[in-house]
Amino acid sequence: MTGGGMMGRGMRARIAALFVLLLAFAGPALAVNPDEQLADPAQEARARELSKELRCVVCQNQTIDDSDADIARDLRLLVRERITAGDSDEEVLAFLTDRYGDFVLLRPPFNAATVALWAMPALLLVLGLIAATVYLRRRPELAVGERGLTAEEEAALADVLAARRAAREGPPPSDPA
Amino acid sequence: MLNEVGHFALVLALAMALVQSVLPIVGAQRGDTRLMATAAPSAGAVFALVAFAFAALTVAYIRSDFSVLNVFENSHSAKPMVYKISGVWGNHEGSMLLWVLVLATFGFLAAVLGRNMPLSLRATVVSVQGWVSTAFLAFILATSNPFERLFPAPFEGQDLNPLLQDIGLAIHPPLLYVGYVGFSIVFAFAIAALIEGRLDAAWARWVRPWILGSWIFLTLGIAMGSYWAYYELGWGGWWFWDPVENASFMPWLAGTALLHSAAVMEKRDALKVWTILLAIVAFSLSLLGTFLVRSGVLTSVHAFASDPTRGLFILMILAAFIGGAFLLFALRAGTLKAGGAFAPMSREGALVFNNVFLTTACATVLVGTLYPLVLETVTGGKISVGPPYFNMTFIPLMVPLFLALPAGPLLAWKRGDAAAAAVRLLPAIVVAMFGAAASAWLAGEETALTAAFGIGIGLYLVVGSVAELWLRTGRGAAGARLARLPRLPRAMWGTAFGHLGVGVTVIGIAALSAFQTEVIRDMGPGDTASLAGYELTLARAERVEGPNYTDTVAVFDVRRGGRVVDTLRPAKRHYPARNMPTTEAAIKTMGPTQLYVTLGEVADGKVVVRLFYKPFVLFIWIGALIAALGGVLSLADRKLRIGLPAPARRRVPQGAAGAGA
Repeated sequence: MTGGGMMGRGMRARIAALFVLLLAFAGPALAVNPDEQLADPAQEARARELSKELRCVVCQNQTIDDSDADIARDLRLLVRERITAGDSDEEVLAFLTDRYGDFVLLRPPFNAATVALWAMPALLLVLGLIAATVYLRRRPELAVGERGLTAEEEAALADVLAARRAAREGPPPSDPA
Repeated sequence: MLNEVGHFALVLALAMALVQSVLPIVGAQRGDTRLMATAAPSAGAVFALVAFAFAALTVAYIRSDFSVLNVFENSHSAKPMVYKISGVWGNHEGSMLLWVLVLATFGFLAAVLGRNMPLSLRATVVSVQGWVSTAFLAFILATSNPFERLFPAPFEGQDLNPLLQDIGLAIHPPLLYVGYVGFSIVFAFAIAALIEGRLDAAWARWVRPWILGSWIFLTLGIAMGSYWAYYELGWGGWWFWDPVENASFMPWLAGTALLHSAAVMEKRDALKVWTILLAIVAFSLSLLGTFLVRSGVLTSVHAFASDPTRGLFILMILAAFIGGAFLLFALRAGTLKAGGAFAPMSREGALVFNNVFLTTACATVLVGTLYPLVLETVTGGKISVGPPYFNMTFIPLMVPLFLALPAGPLLAWKRGDAAAAAVRLLPAIVVAMFGAAASAWLAGEETALTAAFGIGIGLYLVVGSVAELWLRTGRGAAGARLARLPRLPRAMWGTAFGHLGVGVTVIGIAALSAFQTEVIRDMGPGDTASLAGYELTLARAERVEGPNYTDTVAVFDVRRGGRVVDTLRPAKRHYPARNMPTTEAAIKTMGPTQLYVTLGEVADGKVVVRLFYKPFVLFIWIGALIAALGGVLSLADRKLRIGLPAPARRRVPQGAAGAGA
């Protein structure tokens, strides 16, 4: 095991060189990078929350918070720029939709085009509940006194009936396949 | 040569599938037992031929036969054997072949199992299954021939998409397909019931194992896919509400509703028409999922097919089956008689409530998934419907469902006592309240609400499920009740485990949302980052040669309280064949909690590191495993075993003795 502080200078240089080698494979970078982050933790937190609401417009269903695409980075920087400039969350989103359209919002705005989208879940639930109520109401009422048997009573009844049937029909076959 | 034989086997399979589609059902209509008896041999032949074709393609992959276009495009001679084999279904043609293989397997199983079913019902089911096989075999032969040759044969293949070179690909699609396609049998049962006009509790009992089996596989397949995305995609998310995920989630929601409504039908002969409808919907959603993924209308990692003729073909299959099924339903549903009576406050009533919420949730996911496509087609407007929409609509639908869930099994059939159920749930409610308060206090201001709600509901479900099982043991001393536990019917255990699993998953999701911590920073050699009581020191970098890739590994020493407890090795992996890099996360598991480390960009001798502390994250998938185990227990219940009346008779001596108690 190597202690963190026990590394020699030469080794450090070699390690640093190895890291540069990584550059050769400039691969999928991480989404949010340290150099993008804002100094103020509260502002940074707001930026992260907003980033989760915004679509990386060239990606396949990724938020700009998750995406490593260049455009996502540009959008993240833009969000932070607006926040630093004193914009409210709504103003940041408005700024971005002005440029990229509603497509950039992962939470679609409520307007004429999306009214069906937003109303549907509640509407379906209400319809479902109405349908269920009507169905339950229209069912034949349980007769007074017809309480139904408990699970134990039902099991006992089934066993008694089976025993009677078996007694009537003689011994059960040895292999009931 | 083998490839041509494999192709020919598919052609023969299509011919046999036509036989399977026609003869048994004609026999059932005419009451001709000889025609009905063709069900098993024809379904068996389709199965054998498709299995042969699948084996032939697998051999082409194992041999790295690059004269086959499909192998050339998706394999590489240096690829490890397990990925050569799983690569068979890591592409459009191969995965459709797997789809049809599962379809044919189910057709064959339906033909040989269920010997106590009426001959005509079985023949009709096998024929309807044959229709589906015919359609998809025709699809493969017309648009997606996996045996297409390439001349001259290239020397080396193009390799499989690196993201798919993972054990996840070996497991996830087969599980998912068994689940998806399993609903085709359920669908066939529903169509057969509509054609025969006969629908009773016996039907529900025959179809129940198929529903359960499909549901178990779908549950495992989705959970596996979620865990795979979690560790492979490298940003630590586990569910993205991606249209492709939704495509598998919708049949699962419908299937879960179906599982519960079929229980009502089996026990009480009620909800018959609804159960039939759900069976049709569940399979329609499986077909829709296949269409969404395979047609390329969605752009996503899964859509390796973006050929419009394929999309159109699947759309036609979709329209024919869904349209036909609903037409038949509209014509025949009226002839089905209503079943047993029950009061609104009863087990049946609770299951109706369950179905309303599950189907609404399913419809919500459907609307959210298709809305952007429809809107763009109709108005040309482009919008995105992403996680914020689904979280906002889906979670509120789950809350009432989860609150009612533990009460359901406590209500008696026909007429239940809500007050008594509430009293019995008191321990669960008390535990949930304490848990909610404690987690809110731990979580701090920002996430207090998430923590309190999520953990509270999760604990309520867990304790409620355990309490239900305990209450079933009746009265008496604790020891006697404990002794009775193993003797409870397995279906009861199944219910409890299924519901327990939901609770465990909810706890995992809530804990992750409320307590996850994250550090993003530059690190050079010797730098240390602290996270949740752990210190991670970047010790060194290494190059590691894999079979068909090169890893550049950053080695982290993980310390807790000054002592080194582990080493983590996140890497950037480079596949020369596709010149494509991936990020390999390093994960340290401590019980259900994980440390998750991924690498980012490198500059000036420093690497960007993203470190996550993910408390209880494994609960998300463990819950799914527990729920699936519940399904297995239900499947193992005595009453679902084939040859049902006989065991009941055989058990007379013990049963009669116990009946007096």
